[in-house]
Amino acid sequence: MINKSVSNVKTALKGVENSMTFMLGGFGLCGIPENAIEELVRLGVSDITCISNNAGVDDFGLGLLLQKHQIKKMIASYVGENKEFERQMLSGEMEVELVPQGTLAQRCQAAQGGFPAFYTPAGYGTEVAEGKESRSFNGKMYILEEAFKADFSFVKAWKGDEAGNLIFKGTARNFNPCMCGSANITVAEVEELVPAGELDPNQIHVPGIFVQRIFQGTAYEKRIEQRTVRQRN
Amino acid sequence: MLDKNGIAKRIAKEVKDGYYVNLGIGIPTLVANFVRDDIDVEFQSENGILGMGPFPVEGEEDADLINAGKQTITALPGASFFDSATSFAMIRGRHVDLTILGAMEVAENGDIANWKIPGKMVKGMGGAMDLVASAENIIVAMMHTNRAGESKLLKRCTLPLTGVGCVTKIVTNLAVLEVTSNGFLLKERAPGVSVEEIQNATEGKLHIESDVPEMEL
Repeated sequence: MINKSVSNVKTALKGVENSMTFMLGGFGLCGIPENAIEELVRLGVSDITCISNNAGVDDFGLGLLLQKHQIKKMIASYVGENKEFERQMLSGEMEVELVPQGTLAQRCQAAQGGFPAFYTPAGYGTEVAEGKESRSFNGKMYILEEAFKADFSFVKAWKGDEAGNLIFKGTARNFNPCMCGSANITVAEVEELVPAGELDPNQIHVPGIFVQRIFQGTAYEKRIEQRTVRQRN
Repeated sequence: MLDKNGIAKRIAKEVKDGYYVNLGIGIPTLVANFVRDDIDVEFQSENGILGMGPFPVEGEEDADLINAGKQTITALPGASFFDSATSFAMIRGRHVDLTILGAMEVAENGDIANWKIPGKMVKGMGGAMDLVASAENIIVAMMHTNRAGESKLLKRCTLPLTGVGCVTKIVTNLAVLEVTSNGFLLKERAPGVSVEEIQNATEGKLHIESDVPEMEL
């Protein structure tokens, strides 16, 4: 067993510097690497590029990095829940690249699997296609999208073991598996870290080979963005 | 004239036994409330669930279980969870049978715009561009006119496009229409709405065949 475990978030983020590109898992506030984000705020790294489906809310998730003006460029598919984000984007303080959600996932997945680029129909004929190669396959038009390149991936899983194997819970899985092994260094934070051998190999969602560092996170808030309920009957 | 629930109720009739269905945010989400309970349908939410159930009862909300609108939900028996790349493989690979989404504008050639108002609103396209570029069966749920009373069914979209030539059917508060090479084909009228009213609210080419029946809800 190759042991990937590190004792805390500080060690896990060793090597993080200004101007780097980071992938961050999560959909809305669901399944975000809360500990890594908090540490990035504490470290105060600046001019960073973040690849993440969303940009958090004003006071949580990536919104915490926005508050401190640490993000130079944001690559995301949907950023509608964050006023500070909108302000920085419209004022030109921050550069924003909006990417169709499936393309965003696949650009991570392609990086993981060694594909430099792929064709997708998403965005053909729209401003997303501007400057990109387009091509017809079987009478349908596609555009060429390139794999992402990143320095670090920060992902969050439910359970993990010392070998870096990961298991996710519910829809907190989302972009996290696609970002594992898609950057030079993948840092996984988990709610429960167990010794190797305790997780059933049949149930592993992400094999440890895609993870370089794993640690047990602390004090997860797991904030709910839209609390919707029905009447008990 | 229909309200939002009425639109959802009419669209629910398009949902067939054995369908996997992706519902967008807004009116499309309401469709789930009106699907006949004697047919088997599974709802997909692109953040990573098939077999999405209703909202949880109070006290059973789970931060790790949400839909693409970031609302707390439940998982039904037979449900599955998956990552975002797999989710869009279902969509891009045409494994999802029906996509229902909202729009700001639809053009008579099937173009759709629903993600950006330059200078005003830039929230992003989310999964909408993947959905409209891939799905074979797309129904748009929307009001026939905007708040200013202007038609949302146009000759050409004026806003930045989400997809080209992809919309097949539109259900509004006034009518059911299909996109054809001959413009918007008027299929049904909402209860109490005349062909003339629909004509007046439609900027794009409206194609009318002899008798336009009233919707059955």
